[in-house]
Amino acid sequence: MTELPSSITDSIGKPQYPKTANFPVESSYSWNTLSATENANPLYWDEAVAAELTNGMTVPPSTLSLWMRPHRWEPGATEELVALQVHFDLKSALNLPEAIMSDNTLILHEPVRPGDVISHHQILRSISEPKTTKLGSGRFWVIDIEYHNQNGTLVGIESYTGFGYRRAEVQA
Amino acid sequence: MSFLMLEDISVGQTLPPLSYDVTATTVVLGALASRDWRPMHHDYKFATVRNGTRDIFLNTPNLAAWFERYITDWTGPRGRIGRMTFRMRDSIYPDDQMVFNASVTATSTDVQGCGWVDLDIAVTVGDRTCTTCDARVAVPVSQSDNPWSRRGEAWAP
Repeated sequence: MTELPSSITDSIGKPQYPKTANFPVESSYSWNTLSATENANPLYWDEAVAAELTNGMTVPPSTLSLWMRPHRWEPGATEELVALQVHFDLKSALNLPEAIMSDNTLILHEPVRPGDVISHHQILRSISEPKTTKLGSGRFWVIDIEYHNQNGTLVGIESYTGFGYRRAEVQA
Repeated sequence: MSFLMLEDISVGQTLPPLSYDVTATTVVLGALASRDWRPMHHDYKFATVRNGTRDIFLNTPNLAAWFERYITDWTGPRGRIGRMTFRMRDSIYPDDQMVFNASVTATSTDVQGCGWVDLDIAVTVGDRTCTTCDARVAVPVSQSDNPWSRRGEAWAP
């Protein structure tokens, strides 16, 4: 078995990077996703339908991760701000310059509404032994993100499987 | 407002396919709509030279949004997605025609009376299966039922 740094193994299962979004959920931004996918579901476009079914407007559940993603830059930032910091920490700690996501799970709870302010934290669940794929050699890891609204109500859980890797030709 | 009810759905039933011609705009629009600023979703040179992929490609949250659209196009607005797990086997690039197909793998009613449909979805490009998805969506069990009204223990996705 290849050893992992203790900084990584010690972090498995522990909540990291708790953060509250610095902007509220808004319909106009969620409409960008509906537009990008040509999604005409009236639940998100028609206030009368939303009033009947969800007691007011909500945003599409698949936009869950949108509300954890920072601006790419904001005042005071000295480097690019990234979502899913644990993913980038692993890339750096394991010296794996490239990464992709291979699996994603969304478990959806309380609907998210315009005006909600979402908090979240990240949990590293597991990390694999070294693997080689057509992209290169590296490791898979699983990171969960739990999302709550401003009332502390669980709105969703998301799980990503990432593959951090080094391309074969770069190794040569 | 039309919608599917659980009694309308049976195991083995297939959903209408959805075909969509992906362009660079599709990829970039979806990435920026999901606030995903990573360059492999908008920068051809980064994607091809750094990542070693053929082109920029659809990002994960945008794929989730496409699955949502595909599922709720079928159920109507009363359909409430509880869970989606998808595996990205191959990327989807500009100039690909992606095609969504799905079949019903199970129907059930849970102890709270919520009606559930399990779906097996595949996104293909030509003969490539790019992404597979297992989804679980709640649908009404009666004309008066509304899955969106379920809260707390009555909602068990």
